[in-house]
Amino acid sequence: MSKRPLDGIRIVDFGWFLVAPITTKVLADCGAQVIKIETTKRVDILRTLGPFKDGVQGLNRSFLFNQWMTGKLGITLNLAKPRGIAVVKRLIARSDIVVENFAAGVMAKMGLAYEDLTKIKPDIIMLSTCMQGQTGPYSTHPGTGNTLTALAGLQHIAGWPDREPVSPAGNGPYTDYIAPHFCIPALVAALLYRSRTGKGQYLDVSQYETAVHFMAPLVLDNVVNHRVAGRTGNRTASAAPHNAYRCRGEDRWCVIAVSSDEEWQAFCKVVGNAAWTGDPKFSTLAGRKEHEDALDSLVEQWTMRHAPEEVMVMMQAAGVGAGVVQSAEDLLDHDPQLRHRRFFRRLHNGEVGEHRVHGPSFALSKSPWELAAAPVMGEHNEHVLKEIAGMSDEEIAELVVEGVIE
Amino acid sequence: MHPKQKFEAMLGPYRVLDLTDEKGLLCGKILGDLGADVIKAEKPGGDPARRIGPFYHDEVDPEKSLFWWAYNTNKRGITIDIETPGGRELFKRLVKTADLVIESFPPGRMDSLGLGYTVLEQINPGIILVSITPFGQTGPYRDYKASDIVAWAMGGIMYVNGDADRPPVRVSHHSQAFLHAGGEAASGAMMALYHREITGEGQHVDVSIQEAVVPPTYMLLGGWDMMRVNQQRGTRATSIGLDIRLLWPCKDGYVLWFYWGGPPYNQRYIPPFIRWLDSEGMADDFLKGFDWSTFEWANVSQEVLDRIQIPPARFFSNHTKAQLLEGARERGIVLYPVSTTEDLLGNPQLAAREFWVPLAHPELGITVTYPGAFARISEAPAAVFRRAPLIGEHNRHVYEQELGLSRQEMMTMKRAGVI
Repeated sequence: MSKRPLDGIRIVDFGWFLVAPITTKVLADCGAQVIKIETTKRVDILRTLGPFKDGVQGLNRSFLFNQWMTGKLGITLNLAKPRGIAVVKRLIARSDIVVENFAAGVMAKMGLAYEDLTKIKPDIIMLSTCMQGQTGPYSTHPGTGNTLTALAGLQHIAGWPDREPVSPAGNGPYTDYIAPHFCIPALVAALLYRSRTGKGQYLDVSQYETAVHFMAPLVLDNVVNHRVAGRTGNRTASAAPHNAYRCRGEDRWCVIAVSSDEEWQAFCKVVGNAAWTGDPKFSTLAGRKEHEDALDSLVEQWTMRHAPEEVMVMMQAAGVGAGVVQSAEDLLDHDPQLRHRRFFRRLHNGEVGEHRVHGPSFALSKSPWELAAAPVMGEHNEHVLKEIAGMSDEEIAELVVEGVIE
Repeated sequence: MHPKQKFEAMLGPYRVLDLTDEKGLLCGKILGDLGADVIKAEKPGGDPARRIGPFYHDEVDPEKSLFWWAYNTNKRGITIDIETPGGRELFKRLVKTADLVIESFPPGRMDSLGLGYTVLEQINPGIILVSITPFGQTGPYRDYKASDIVAWAMGGIMYVNGDADRPPVRVSHHSQAFLHAGGEAASGAMMALYHREITGEGQHVDVSIQEAVVPPTYMLLGGWDMMRVNQQRGTRATSIGLDIRLLWPCKDGYVLWFYWGGPPYNQRYIPPFIRWLDSEGMADDFLKGFDWSTFEWANVSQEVLDRIQIPPARFFSNHTKAQLLEGARERGIVLYPVSTTEDLLGNPQLAAREFWVPLAHPELGITVTYPGAFARISEAPAAVFRRAPLIGEHNRHVYEQELGLSRQEMMTMKRAGVI
């Protein structure tokens, strides 16, 4: 394995569903040694939420757990016991970064606030990323990525103008996938800063605030134009045709996006210069927008005669943006580009056997990421406590007897 | 870097040349918010992304694109045409003192201009080139075009978005896919930068927009890989066939609230909610007497579910989003507004956190409220301190003061369309 960027960096990870695990997964894939602190008393939702392998529930069988826990070391500690906290502090003393996404105040209650940790390791870098930030009236308000997606404005702008909003991501916690884009660069920047100055940092990333950045142009629109952005379905001001079009087959769709007059000419050729394409009302963007219902209907009459893959290939060959609305099966089993990129990797876990997960969306030419299977519960207890915390067999045995190590 | 910063920003020592269009602007913004000196390089006349609306007062003007304003804060702006020989030579000079180059040209364009990674590496061995493209630098789809809707479709996330009786649907307005890609690019850029700190070597970071929208598909891949099930779209369907309401109309929009599928959650969050309803005379006896320890999706009927969804529906329709959010906070209830942009600007939490920052637009004689720093950082804070650059706004700074070109050379280049 060639050198990975974060080889030698050690992270103690208190994270759970979902922002912190996503963040530390990318760090682990890029070489960091990530120690995930778990407890059997309150199992990470990542492990208890399906889908499960073959539909059979199990702590090591969930897709989300296997996907977002790649390459991490797993230990099970009872943090309700003071000796559990002592063990964790021992690990932190030997680590570079601590990551957590509990509600505000939880770490402090355990005696693990940043102020506590700097006493153990003065240059520790700590990231706290809860939903609405560590301060403010809503810092402990319960919620999830689904609820935050609504709060942050991203749900209101998804769906059809004549219907209530839809979830932007199939009822998934969309904002959980936004915050890591900010957490990861900030953590690596903190490492660089520490190399330069010897100083650590405390980073308080509010998932809500990062999500608002994904709304920024529309927020500015309200500030300067007092306009409230609504839903426009698949339509957009600057392109037509621009929609998802039904194709041959059962619930099969292809999107087409014609963004310029040049592309419109190319589009017309692909559909065989059918008579309707010569209609002057369609010759300009303004005209196509004005008559968009008729346009979409005519386009769909053509796409219905073709498989979505055919539509995509023909359009792209002519320089028009088009893409199959891919299902999971398409992505995993058929997509030749993802296969070429080796985006998905086959990993093996003792319980589920072979399964597929993906890495980051960036390929590094000289220090590529690598994936390793996610840990089963407590898989690395002995290794972490012995090799990393430097504990003796006797100490470990005591902790097991006391129920500190689960 | 902000001249008034009294501390050293985390990425203060680093310079980024940002050649991206809309597909990658967020990358440079994240790095710039962390303190890097990000120079936005555009063709003379301005980048095509400046044509993306909405616009200030709906005036279609390259200096008034709110999309441009949003994703180019802190960056300095220069013009340069790397399609001209003079522009290429000038660019190579800039690369000498840069740490990162970010670009989003079609794969092969930089190479064909003689500015590919291997050339840049000769000029500056530590240079990191970050390339953001629809499908990556190589492969069968490398030349495919991808606007947001195409990336959203090809990445799998569109398949499950929307209502079962309508087409799959994207998120409206500006591209979410390009923002995810910009974010992944920032992560990749930082990994390469850290690698360089340790080893001295730069590298090429190859970001695929298609791949960047795969993570938000959430359970989608697992459904197929582990159970040979393709998750379908439909907002209110659950895997066990119950129609459970998630969004509820209220006085001025919608709120998100729901009965969850099992006892612990419901036992914690539903009783305080029912007490709230009861305090306004909205809870009926059936609801008040309900035993939440027995409620599970697997064993509740649609009739019962419909019945216990009636009082909440009436209750919500009597209140505004702001009232409901505040009431939820007081009582510890999982209830959230489906916010509009207006709601965001009025949100008490963001205000308390002092999230919004005023940025001056001296060219318009106004100050505009912007989303601020994305993190509170103790030693070396992130900051949003300057509005997006005007076209060529920092040409003099960068070319004359930093690169040492004479006024004469600048004017010659300008006339030749190099800058």
